[in-house]
Amino acid sequence: MAEKIPAGSWVQIHDIELSAEERAPQVPEDTARVPLEKWVKGFLQKAEEPGEEVEIETVIGNKYRGKLVDADPSYGHSFGKAVPELLQVGRELKEMLRQEGGE
Amino acid sequence: MAAKTYQEVMERRNQIMKEAVGIDYDRFRRNELVFDYEKMMSEVGYQLDEIREIQGQTGVGKTPLLELKNLTAIARKLAPAGKGARIFIKDEAANPSGSFKARRASVSVYHAKKQGYSGVVAATSGNYGAAVASQAVMRGLDTIIVQEVYDSQGKGQPEILEKGRKCEAYGAEVLQLTVGPELFYTFLKVLEDTGFFNASLYTPFGIAGIETLGFEIISQLRKEEGQDPAAVVCTNAGGGNLTGTARGINKAGADETVVVGASVDLSGLHMASDRDFNRKSFTTGHTGFGIPFATWPDRADVPLNAARALRYMDRYVTVKQGEVFYITEALAQLEGLERGPAGNTSLAAAVVLAQELDRDEIIVVQETEYTGAGKHPLPQLNFARENGVEIRRGDPEEEVPGENIIIPEEPGQIRARDLDLKRIRISYLNKALENSGLKELGREEVSFLAAEINQPVEKTRELLEENLEVEIKL
Repeated sequence: MAEKIPAGSWVQIHDIELSAEERAPQVPEDTARVPLEKWVKGFLQKAEEPGEEVEIETVIGNKYRGKLVDADPSYGHSFGKAVPELLQVGRELKEMLRQEGGE
Repeated sequence: MAAKTYQEVMERRNQIMKEAVGIDYDRFRRNELVFDYEKMMSEVGYQLDEIREIQGQTGVGKTPLLELKNLTAIARKLAPAGKGARIFIKDEAANPSGSFKARRASVSVYHAKKQGYSGVVAATSGNYGAAVASQAVMRGLDTIIVQEVYDSQGKGQPEILEKGRKCEAYGAEVLQLTVGPELFYTFLKVLEDTGFFNASLYTPFGIAGIETLGFEIISQLRKEEGQDPAAVVCTNAGGGNLTGTARGINKAGADETVVVGASVDLSGLHMASDRDFNRKSFTTGHTGFGIPFATWPDRADVPLNAARALRYMDRYVTVKQGEVFYITEALAQLEGLERGPAGNTSLAAAVVLAQELDRDEIIVVQETEYTGAGKHPLPQLNFARENGVEIRRGDPEEEVPGENIIIPEEPGQIRARDLDLKRIRISYLNKALENSGLKELGREEVSFLAAEINQPVEKTRELLEENLEVEIKL
């Protein structure tokens, strides 16, 4: 049995906003096959295990219900690896500026 | 409690909107087709002086206009003799939230506060969310941002993840959704449940807020260089940036300045497609918004869109994703400005367009935006590669959106590809007539359409008669 996440923890919940059948008629075929999903972050109102239906209060005080999916939501986006295709661009342009003529 | 199915909420959209924007748009409608755009802008919006005052209160605007001497030198090396205009850039990243969107948010948030709303909501995956949140902090209001972030695998677009983070940094509540136009449904439910103000990108408040940008460009250039720009290039998506800037340029009396729209070419990728969502490396400033909004502005989240790019656009060009990443790198390495990337769409175009203009002329790129983790060429290109998009150097002409991104081998390979504005105008006329249901047009209708497409009445009449089944009685 998983451990309960303490009340007051900053968590992320997940909810199905519209099932595939409820989606708008104009969506393309690949999108129409999947539900519209929603994630919200907030403070857990009552201690509960991950995966359970819970209530959260957001940073501005709104209440939302959904499945507890992340007990420690963090930012994973970064700058990532160097991109070889860009590495020479600055050098090439500076070399071009150094060359005589064309001006 | 009101019913919440998709259809039920959408059926209440007009009522929800009316309460959430506080504008009775019907007041400006003359019939099914015609509405009084200028009346809407002047009665609902604020005057330029008031806006400057409002923006001054929250540190918005008065951004530096910087000359890009090295990029100008590069353009001159590529240009025919005597050609190569000086390139200037308006450093809008210097606004409180890091983009020109602070201007757009400032008036909405001020108005919301004045009208007694306790919070603001915006549907945006872009810089606008952070702008609204930042302005709302300054005015003491709560913010909710509704974002389209993930595909059905839960994979988030890095640029949008960063924009979400920035909203949260300003204390906003962020609702993150998977791909789909039903974001509007969620947005309407939030407005209905909270009674907050709809800080739409497309109200007269938003567009009027951008007028100061165009006005400042002209004032700064007249003061510092003693001349008006030959051209101002605007990155174009929903049309607001271009519309507001052009209106500001007109208000400053710079009648000779050509307004150019520039969008990243994402042709072939469907904006509402779950599969295509993470195969694009630009989340704004692209043709996927630019062309649909130019040809039919009233697809927005308000009944009458104040952003009407075709009214102001003299020319519309596209550039490739690889070209914008290249020029973003060049801006950092040659000019010491790490900005963008999406905001540099117009810069990529300007480096090409400068080569058509005389050396003593000036071309202005009217925005920069902040950059950071996720929102930068490196994460975007890494993400593209992870999603099966090929990255290589070569001739960007061979770039196919969603399949590859081609970083130019030299700056002479960057092109500004003209879109056929005549075709876009015809497409607009077609949609306008279709939506109105009118089969017969009189003087008032044709005059309205002429203003909508920025063409003389006679020319508009010709376009209508040659391309559409409609009777005209002037």
